[in-house]
Amino acid sequence: MKAPNSTCAIRSTCPYCGVGCGVVLGPDGQGGLDVRGDKSHPANFGRLCSKGTALGETVSLDGRLLAPRVHGEDTDWDSALGLVARKFSEAIAEHGPDSVAFYVSGQLLTEDYYVANKLMKGFIGSANIDTNSRLCMASTVAGHKRAFGTDTVPGTYEDLDEADLIVLTGSNLAWCHPVLYQRILANRKKRPEQKLVVIDPRRTASCDLADLHLPVKPGADVALFNGLLAEIEKRGLIDREFAEHVTGLDEAIEAAKADDLSVTGLSDDLLAEFYALWCGTEKVVTIFSQGVNQSSSGTDKVNAITNCHLATGRIGRAGLGPFSVTGQPNAMGGREVGGLANMLACHLDIENGDHRKAVGDFWSAPVIPEQAGLKAVDMFRAVGEGKIKALWILHTNPAVSMPDADKVREAIAGCDFVVVSDITEATDTARLAHVLLPATGWGEKSGTVTNSDRIISRQRAVLPAPGEARPDWWQLAEVGRLMGYGGAFDYASPAEIFREYAALSGIAGGFGKDFDISGLKDLSDAEYDALEPTRWPVSEGKQGGRFFADGKFFTPDGKGRMWPVSWKPPASKTELRYPFRLNTGRVRDQWHTMTRTARAPRLNAHLGEPFIEIHPDDASARGIGPTSLVEVTSPNGKAILRAMITDRIAPGEIFAPMHWTGENAPAARIDALVAPVTDPVSGQPESKAAVAQIKPFEAAWYGFAMSQTPVKADAEYWAQAKTYAGYRMELAGRETPEDWVEAARQLFDLADAVVQTMLDPAKGTARIAFHKDGALQAALFVSCQPVAVMRDYLTHLPGQEAPMVLSGKSPADQPDPGPVLCSCFNVGVNTILSAIETRGLMTVEAIGEALQAGTNCGSCRPEIKALIERIKGRAAAE
Amino acid sequence: MAERLVIIGAGMATGRLLDHLINEAPGVFDITLFNAEPRGTYNRLMLSPVLAGELCYDEIVTHDDDWYARHDVTCRFGERVTRIDPERRVVFGERGEVPYDKLVIATGSTPFIVPLPGHDLPGVIAYRDLEDTEEMVRLAEKPNGRAVVIGGGLLGLEAAAGMAARGTHVTVVHLNDHLMDRQLDAPAARLLQDALEARGIEVICGANSKEVIADDEGRARALLLDDGRMLYCDLVVMAVGIRPSIALARACGIETKRGILVDDQLRTSAPDVFALGECVEHDGAVFGLVAPLFDQAKVLAKTLRDLPASFVNKDVSTKLKVTGCDLFSAGDFRETQGRECITYSDPQAAIYKRLVIEEGRLVGTVMYGDTDDGGWFFNLIRDGVDISDMRDMLIFGPAYQDAVAAPTLEVMG
Repeated sequence: MKAPNSTCAIRSTCPYCGVGCGVVLGPDGQGGLDVRGDKSHPANFGRLCSKGTALGETVSLDGRLLAPRVHGEDTDWDSALGLVARKFSEAIAEHGPDSVAFYVSGQLLTEDYYVANKLMKGFIGSANIDTNSRLCMASTVAGHKRAFGTDTVPGTYEDLDEADLIVLTGSNLAWCHPVLYQRILANRKKRPEQKLVVIDPRRTASCDLADLHLPVKPGADVALFNGLLAEIEKRGLIDREFAEHVTGLDEAIEAAKADDLSVTGLSDDLLAEFYALWCGTEKVVTIFSQGVNQSSSGTDKVNAITNCHLATGRIGRAGLGPFSVTGQPNAMGGREVGGLANMLACHLDIENGDHRKAVGDFWSAPVIPEQAGLKAVDMFRAVGEGKIKALWILHTNPAVSMPDADKVREAIAGCDFVVVSDITEATDTARLAHVLLPATGWGEKSGTVTNSDRIISRQRAVLPAPGEARPDWWQLAEVGRLMGYGGAFDYASPAEIFREYAALSGIAGGFGKDFDISGLKDLSDAEYDALEPTRWPVSEGKQGGRFFADGKFFTPDGKGRMWPVSWKPPASKTELRYPFRLNTGRVRDQWHTMTRTARAPRLNAHLGEPFIEIHPDDASARGIGPTSLVEVTSPNGKAILRAMITDRIAPGEIFAPMHWTGENAPAARIDALVAPVTDPVSGQPESKAAVAQIKPFEAAWYGFAMSQTPVKADAEYWAQAKTYAGYRMELAGRETPEDWVEAARQLFDLADAVVQTMLDPAKGTARIAFHKDGALQAALFVSCQPVAVMRDYLTHLPGQEAPMVLSGKSPADQPDPGPVLCSCFNVGVNTILSAIETRGLMTVEAIGEALQAGTNCGSCRPEIKALIERIKGRAAAE
Repeated sequence: MAERLVIIGAGMATGRLLDHLINEAPGVFDITLFNAEPRGTYNRLMLSPVLAGELCYDEIVTHDDDWYARHDVTCRFGERVTRIDPERRVVFGERGEVPYDKLVIATGSTPFIVPLPGHDLPGVIAYRDLEDTEEMVRLAEKPNGRAVVIGGGLLGLEAAAGMAARGTHVTVVHLNDHLMDRQLDAPAARLLQDALEARGIEVICGANSKEVIADDEGRARALLLDDGRMLYCDLVVMAVGIRPSIALARACGIETKRGILVDDQLRTSAPDVFALGECVEHDGAVFGLVAPLFDQAKVLAKTLRDLPASFVNKDVSTKLKVTGCDLFSAGDFRETQGRECITYSDPQAAIYKRLVIEEGRLVGTVMYGDTDDGGWFFNLIRDGVDISDMRDMLIFGPAYQDAVAAPTLEVMG
């Protein structure tokens, strides 16, 4: 493998959401990276969000898996992969090809994905390969295929600039795709006439600058857009000319009219305002994301949206169209390459004999399965039932992220043979593996990814592969060779794989498919290395651009399809025992199961603890206060989370982030509460409409701790986050230890440190610090109430002389900056509040000028604005 | 004509009484002052720094000859009073009698000498006055001089530290199992013992003295403990406590128990005879610390002029005057039922603090190593302040009590 040039800056792609931002990376010479936005990349033009900005903090080798490991023992690649190949071969020989499975990830590069898919579908002869994109985008894929014949995103990011109305539905774009959101905001400054509407049960940060927020009832999107379609028809806005290219119009309208709009929970006025705006604006982009997809009627939701755009012909032209934004860096690449169990490759269909034959011939594959494989939820159900004898999981953490996560964890733990490829062994899933394979990480990998608007970008290695770490494509190809598939997996580089993939896409193009990048099949290695961001298709017939303005679709009859869809309630019904509707999602500064973002101290400073949003009325009715811990129970599992009492959430609804895991907050594995119910078409789980009950967690004691090294507590509740000086942790428990000093010693494993104590046993207070050679190692603060100390000050102390640490308070001359609001510049809430109060800085711009806060990625700007409003409100009340 | 006021004893309480009288009622009294010691009033508390060589005697004198002369106080120093006749209102000195209109007995206390065999040998002293101090200072001039101090209380430790500072090898033997058991709890005493040992003082706790052994010349040469240990030394210093000096008063029929009984106005059972200082017993209490004596002096200055005033025995705090050993205790810090303790321990900095709380109020404290906040805690005890709301931060002292922005867990957003 070629060692990356370690001196000059290298252009690559951010590994987080599907915006696909270009980054410019420069190694800092100490294992870290200098990270900047790539001004020439069309996805972001230099802008980065807080997560992307902090990438440099995530590439250290702390906790990295550096050698193959079999049953907990380090070994060499030959032994490890030999075992993998043998176990898979044995399972196939004994139980057939469908007894093995791959569960892969939108983290994989396209080249990795391609090899995985080829190995499973072409040579093992099963379609049991599914990706975590199933949890993310499957409903969009299904909806796109129903409407367009292929999984095609019709528009481009430029449409956001040109639209006169942008509708965000089921998308907290401000937090989950901050760079796109900032792009919209920047554009609105130039074009203030552009309107923004947010459809979301929660009043998210995206609502902050919106013209209209529709707090729709969870799961009622179909009814809402059916109402829109009915209104379109009523107003005579059907594009009759375009409708020539569309089938199913009448049936869709009939179904739409039959829906009862009251299920949206929205007032007639609000609905009328939205409908008038949508109907009256030609250039409308409807952006949708997980709020639409993660639903038992996700596919119908997608089609309820595409129906409106097809009916009005608002598709494929500048400034308008339905627009799916993806959650992963290469969710799109995975969809294109065939990473889903129900796709073949290059948007070809597994059920189609001609497609199978063409792909089989191209690969010289012995077998191509005739039927779709197991989709994620079914796959892990089969694992639990013992039907899957060998399972290979690459770069994803299903023991956390799958619905009914505790069951999934049990299923994996009970599987005969589990292989996990990852950069760390410290994940809930990796801990269950028989074989652990050390993979190269983002900064070390080379290949391509596709973002939400079809731009293929190069991800380039900028750091050397550490230890024995190897790229995933190499691991997969090696196993392919060891299983006896020889020449088909004889790849020397990602470029070689890419050329083969591009050539295969030409065959798909020949079948009339949208995904055709055959124009890139003859790239030299050097050209591949230098490949600029390129929007597909890249073929003789078509280069980039938009789809469907010409009325040509990829269905058998070449027409777009409107689907009659009807509102269905979420699969799980609220009832007396579980009266709350539980929504899950992301927070601004974390990503997925935190294996990367949790390594960046500044990202942990924003929301350092798992929490649950509860409406003030629900909280007070249940005796839940602002610092309470809350026990959340569903028919599937339970969690303990910190209360976040806010009227952003509607009464009767609760929201919890999905990021925390057994590694950092074992009681907060929220997907353990989510029922494993799926959309019947897409197989995507309903992650945003579980049911649950809440009550205060009756803690006998609460704790706060910080430490130089990570620790794992033996308590009902703990949540740990990395800081610049080490780690911080919140704890709580039902049983009070006899001896707090001894308990603390065990917690921190500091046998030979000097212990400093403040003990008030009658009141249940204990403060215990450990020092070595004059430097603070760790400290624990315990109280029978939630611990009141200056956390953000204390977290800086480990490693320093801190004789007064037990006071829990900073000396008077050092104000406590408070929780970090602006992650890019590390500006705390208290610092901003003080600037507002004492310097009278009453605009986000003024704050930015004075403190830099909000001037980089801008994703904290809604929160800064909220702080200003809060102070204004207080001043008005006085 | 001025009233004739006779005062027996020129200790610190008397010094304070004179200050009040001279300031508040100049010329009202014709004062005669007896003192058995051949000198006037000095700050006895400061003998320890003198012993340690940190101060000299002149620096601790509070009232010198010049002062007495300036304020027309007739001094009969070095003269012992042999008898009082309350009937005739006369005091008999060794050099003649003095009549009085009002008499103040301020005879102070005498060190308690443990009646061990050999306790009366030369080379066995108490630690009470300048003479004792000088004897200890002289020992330092002797090469390899060794001293044993019996009693690990306030006075004994000051004596030990003073001698050690001058290079004498000192062993402290203490009956209780931790030092300063009346002022400190065991953890604080342990830190103190560590600090003393660090400066070369040997400490033996739980030690019962059996006998002072003499040398051929009949001088104290060793202390024998009842476990058989023999502690060779040139000087034995007994510092096991004091007893009120009441012989003079008792001999003339004034009522006494442990001390001379006085009422709230410091009146004894004899008309126009008052008592002041360490010799008195008030409401069952006798006194060894200076603060209540000063309170008494203030009250007596009023009583003598027939002005209303009452003495109230308040809680007191203790400080050890051994440089580098900061300790402080106040109130009642025994751990009895219904009492709760807050402790702070920082072995790295050799700091220990204990607060004793009863029904939401601070009733006692022991502090070692960092006593800066002693006064603040003392006031909380004295004033009976309800500390419930400040309990979590209480032990960190006043600097940490201000209500800074509530550091909460409230999730922002």
